[in-house]
Amino acid sequence: MSMLTVSGSPHVHGDSSVKKIMYTVVIAMVPAMLVSVYFFGLDALRVLVISSLSCLFFEWLIQKYLIKGPVTIFDGSALITGILLAFNVPSNLPTWIIIVGAFVAIGMAKMSFGGLGKNPFNPALVGRIFLLISFPVQMTSWPEPKMLFGSMASQPDAMGGATPLGFLKEGLKNSTVPELMSKMPDLMMDFIGFIGGSLGEVSVVALLLGAIYMLIKKVITWQIPFAYIGSVVVFTGILWLIDPDMYVDPLFHLLTGGLILGAFFMATDMVSSPISPWGQIVFGIGCGVITILIRIWGAYPEGVSFAILIMNAFTPLLNRWLKPKLFGETIKAA
Amino acid sequence: MGILKTFSLGGVHPPENKLSADQAIEVLPLPKQAFIPLNQNLGAPGVAQVQKGDVIKVGQLLAKGEAFISSNVHSPVSGKVLKIDNVMDPSGYRRPAVVVNVDGDEWVDGIDRTDTLVKEIKLSQKEIVEKIHQLGIVGLGGATFPSHVKLMVPEGKTADVLIINGVECEPYLTADHRLMIEKGDEILVGTTILMKGLGVERAIIGIENNKPDAIKNMTELAGKFKGIEVCPLKVKYPQGGEKQLIKATIRREVPSGKLPIEVGAVVNNVGTAFAVYQAVQKNKPLIERVVTITGKSVAKPGNFMVRIGTPIRELIEKAGGLPEDSGKMIGGGPMMGKALLSMDTPVVKGSSGILILRESESKRVDVKNCIRCARCVSVCPMGLEAVLLAQLAEMEMWEESEQENVMDCIECGSCHYTCPSGRPLLDYIRLGKSKVGQIIRNRGKK
Repeated sequence: MSMLTVSGSPHVHGDSSVKKIMYTVVIAMVPAMLVSVYFFGLDALRVLVISSLSCLFFEWLIQKYLIKGPVTIFDGSALITGILLAFNVPSNLPTWIIIVGAFVAIGMAKMSFGGLGKNPFNPALVGRIFLLISFPVQMTSWPEPKMLFGSMASQPDAMGGATPLGFLKEGLKNSTVPELMSKMPDLMMDFIGFIGGSLGEVSVVALLLGAIYMLIKKVITWQIPFAYIGSVVVFTGILWLIDPDMYVDPLFHLLTGGLILGAFFMATDMVSSPISPWGQIVFGIGCGVITILIRIWGAYPEGVSFAILIMNAFTPLLNRWLKPKLFGETIKAA
Repeated sequence: MGILKTFSLGGVHPPENKLSADQAIEVLPLPKQAFIPLNQNLGAPGVAQVQKGDVIKVGQLLAKGEAFISSNVHSPVSGKVLKIDNVMDPSGYRRPAVVVNVDGDEWVDGIDRTDTLVKEIKLSQKEIVEKIHQLGIVGLGGATFPSHVKLMVPEGKTADVLIINGVECEPYLTADHRLMIEKGDEILVGTTILMKGLGVERAIIGIENNKPDAIKNMTELAGKFKGIEVCPLKVKYPQGGEKQLIKATIRREVPSGKLPIEVGAVVNNVGTAFAVYQAVQKNKPLIERVVTITGKSVAKPGNFMVRIGTPIRELIEKAGGLPEDSGKMIGGGPMMGKALLSMDTPVVKGSSGILILRESESKRVDVKNCIRCARCVSVCPMGLEAVLLAQLAEMEMWEESEQENVMDCIECGSCHYTCPSGRPLLDYIRLGKSKVGQIIRNRGKK
């Protein structure tokens, strides 16, 4: 028998690990990946593969040759960034642009801050915003969804490949909401995914499947997504009640764009979101309000990415301001 | 049974591994040599009352606790005092201990060694407290706080309920469990004595639901005693922490930095209640206790009535010897116990169990970057931010540590247990606690 170990308590460890958490998230994204390939064909597969591989490659390159430290590319975090980046771009994006996005996400947003756990901003979103600002044309030319097998009743020609949000934003300059709505597919289509948009944001039902899985597996908490979505519903609901000609109903906001993807898969990123339950709720509400401000009054039709990044910046402040409830705090010591 | 009570904030549920739950308590034979530390309680050490060459009997006073928070130590064996020397105790430090060459089993007069149950309590409140003081009773749950001090309610405060801790939330340990099955009546008489000593009419015995036989036995027996109720609890670690147990049983929350008496409660372990019974009814000092010897590779896990001062080697031999694949010896349970350095370490008043972990279970997992998942925060039963406290300690920011309530940490280890990155959070927090504690004490001196 060799020497006995002596160390401080606790002497047992639970079964959680970074790898388990990360791959749970990857599994949760599988339904949305399948749906994206189903609707956008092999092009979607190309985007997913290129994005994931580039993210893994850049992390390996930087860890091995720049930092010269341990290589941890199989912990699952770079893979998540890769998939999320793919989810946030159109399926016809040129390969080289995807690689640039992966480099910005991993190299700039993650590794330059110290790698896993150190990045203040969600890496995939930084990559996405970089691409959106640098390559606005390519990033907003949405291919129409086509079924992989057979044909489908394609969306009305009037939309010309725009996302519902983009179509609405453009149209509202000289039209009213009810007129525009009549030209768009009904909301059930949005729910299932027969709409134009980025890879991962088209099918709400696939995203919700993954979200439920993550909630059951406890890799995300309910606070951020529910506060986020709840505040969007309340905010847009109030506007819609005030003037239904000018403002579209909350359900439309829920089912279109990247809200569900953002609320469940990106705002919940552990590294860049607050620690305490109340901090998370305020974070979620902040995301919701900023998203709608941008969607309705901003220059872009969609505000989810910006909203989450802006709230990421508030995370350290929220951590200072909203502390978890302390045991024995309710009764003040006499 | 409806919804079981438990504490509300945080907590984890490690695998229970109560391997020795069905093993009746056996008496461990006397050792050839006993090592009895003079300090076996929280607080000041006792002052030696014997010297080299003295021939002593079982029950004789070995060390007198003279300070307010201090306790007497009695001889658990008879024989000749070989020396008073520094001996490594379960804390890992070498401290003064009486080393006795055991010879026979001679007891001092006046101790009732029979098993006859004595129900009638003859002593007055004051006499009870004095008796508990004289016979060296300390908290047997692990903290070894002198029991008589707990019974002396500070001026301006009142106690209205006594809580008896039968939770045994540490995995593996079964000493309290067996005691509740085999010595239920004695525990209940002990509880009644403690109620009288404290001057309260009500006592609650909290037992986790993974011990249905103990709950059944204690509930049946408690019917014959006035004012004692049994409260089954949902299994959740660290429910045996006194603040958590108070919250679970009577929904009161002890304020940060205060003692349970602040909310009118006093908590004692079932083992302590048994020791109190023996002291007050049988005049028997605290010279032995139930110790669990366990581990997945241990041939015969069991529960033994062990004389204080017995080297743990004897206990391990009795359980089939140290397994080939042993990697770690722990005094106590796997969550809060201390790793032991030697098999010569003696059993002390605070020893609840000896756990032998396999080599494969002994190493910590690799440390990775913190991913800020906040699990350490959600499991903390005190509502602390372990990740922040560990960072502050790492950066030696003691003032901020104090502001973030580092002193509230009960060192239950749930944070480290649950951390997916395997970060040694509690190591850092302990460092913070010791530094901040020092700063606070120095401030008091000025």
